[in-house]
Amino acid sequence: MSSPLKEISFNGLWKNNPALVQLLGLCPLLAVTSTLINGLALGLATTLVLVGSNATVSTVRHWVPGDIRLPVFVIIIAAYVTVIELLMQAFVYELFLTLGIFINLIVTNCAILGRADAFACKNPVLPASMDGLMQGLGFTAVLVVLGAIREVLGQGTLFSQANLLFGDWAQNLTIDLFHLDSQFLVMVLPPGAFIGMGFLIALKNIIDKRIENKRKATEPKRVIERARVAEA
Amino acid sequence: MVMKFTPHSSPHTAGNNDTGKLMRLVVLCTIPGILVQTYFFGWGTLIQLVLAISVALGVEASILKLRQRPISFYLKDNSALLTAVLLGIALPPHLPWWATVIGVTSAIMLGKQLYGGLGFNPFNPAMVGYVVLLIAFPVEMTTWVPVQSISEHQLSFLGSLNMIFTEQVGELTTQSLKQLSISQFDGITAATPLDTVKNDLGNMHSLQESLSSPIFQALAGDLWYVGKGWFWVNLAYLAGGIYLIMRKAITWHIPLSLLATLLIISNMFSLFSEDSYATPIFHLFSGATMLGAFFIATDPVSACTTNKGRIYYGIGIGILLYCIRSWGGYPDAIAFAVLLMNMAAPTIDHYTRPRTYGHRIPTVTKE
Repeated sequence: MSSPLKEISFNGLWKNNPALVQLLGLCPLLAVTSTLINGLALGLATTLVLVGSNATVSTVRHWVPGDIRLPVFVIIIAAYVTVIELLMQAFVYELFLTLGIFINLIVTNCAILGRADAFACKNPVLPASMDGLMQGLGFTAVLVVLGAIREVLGQGTLFSQANLLFGDWAQNLTIDLFHLDSQFLVMVLPPGAFIGMGFLIALKNIIDKRIENKRKATEPKRVIERARVAEA
Repeated sequence: MVMKFTPHSSPHTAGNNDTGKLMRLVVLCTIPGILVQTYFFGWGTLIQLVLAISVALGVEASILKLRQRPISFYLKDNSALLTAVLLGIALPPHLPWWATVIGVTSAIMLGKQLYGGLGFNPFNPAMVGYVVLLIAFPVEMTTWVPVQSISEHQLSFLGSLNMIFTEQVGELTTQSLKQLSISQFDGITAATPLDTVKNDLGNMHSLQESLSSPIFQALAGDLWYVGKGWFWVNLAYLAGGIYLIMRKAITWHIPLSLLATLLIISNMFSLFSEDSYATPIFHLFSGATMLGAFFIATDPVSACTTNKGRIYYGIGIGILLYCIRSWGGYPDAIAFAVLLMNMAAPTIDHYTRPRTYGHRIPTVTKE
């Protein structure tokens, strides 16, 4: 991979992660992540929309007048969301019902419009689609981790209802880690999402700080060389 | 002969108020209430308190270590102790131990230390812990024991210990308790008076019908009733609170405006429809009213700091308290009301800045 694409990937997945750093698209992120599978499904749907919209926006970028670019972008995004929605209705109807309104709300996910305006409309198609993919995967990763944390702490399971996404064979994927008499409702309800999200952001900051400290420690101290001006 | 003269620098009088002493005074003032509560509701109260305090000190110490702060210095400010005491008092006496641990940990960790320790917390830590528990375990948290004198089963000290740590005593388990509490007042547990009145009124019973339950006690006349036991508990906290005001540990503004607001609103509704709203006396002496007014709402960190602001703050809590109790989803509302007003406290303080001597009344500038 050439280095600009590498940088785009690193930005999307870690350094400029839409969920952990830009804090965009928090509404679906907090509302949907009650289980790992829900998070994964919404993340994948968002990623598909992001790749499509970024590629399209980048293709038409020379013909869209600056004054009306945002409505045009929104229409493009809405078209992709409709495609995804219809696809989900066709193939994973149950999952579509579980996620409900949040599939339609992908249109209003500011992470997508943000990428279209900040990156796709200024760059050629290949980097733009790459950016869409990586930002989407970064978003998905956070959704999956948060969903997993909330599912384990809230209900003591992992991969529950995986059959909704992967088909009937996945019914056995569900792992019962421990049995709870009653769900730990705080983690299942929205407050758990906020608390979990806060800890994830804190974790990322800690890791960044560790890396930074290590870099500083290994970096050789710059030796100031004196330039001799005159012969002594 | 040389006279020794050592000049002392100011301040020449040493103040007698440090955080630790103040917090200790507040803790001491809860003791009469705790004793009355133990008398009426059994050993569970004390066990919860001891459990809460030990967990709180442990969590506080370990987080201070993580944050690389001096441990004994911060433990000596007694704030973790006070948080644990206030939370422990508010918990149902037979709450399973793990729930208490979760509540206290969230109170100290999420409510206080994550914001930067004492003085930086926007919310009252004890109430953060309480609300986490109330949302997480609604059934366990609203299952109280009835007053001992009318209870069928009276648990000894060991019985209470068993109940909390192993969740069963003989044939009784917490599961069967849940069943019992759903079918109202049967054995070892009962809904609180506030809960009972709320449910009955919600089910289209009149107040009179609701009051026929043995958990109520008439003070005088038909409508002068209070929850059995709860009346004395509230009275004890009222006494402790008045002593706190006399010692100038808290000012009168928050408790008085809170209680007055509650009195006025409940009186209005009670006069408007005698049969479907509880009386002012019932509201003032039920649940955690007095504990909340004197000990919880007056937390110096999360409450308003100007005197005028404190009055608005108390009024706000009073209104929210009545609204949530009467039309909300939970029987008692001190925790929610206090947390909601904690959020409003900085704004209230901003608009009620007192005039500095020699200055005009500060006009709030638009930013």
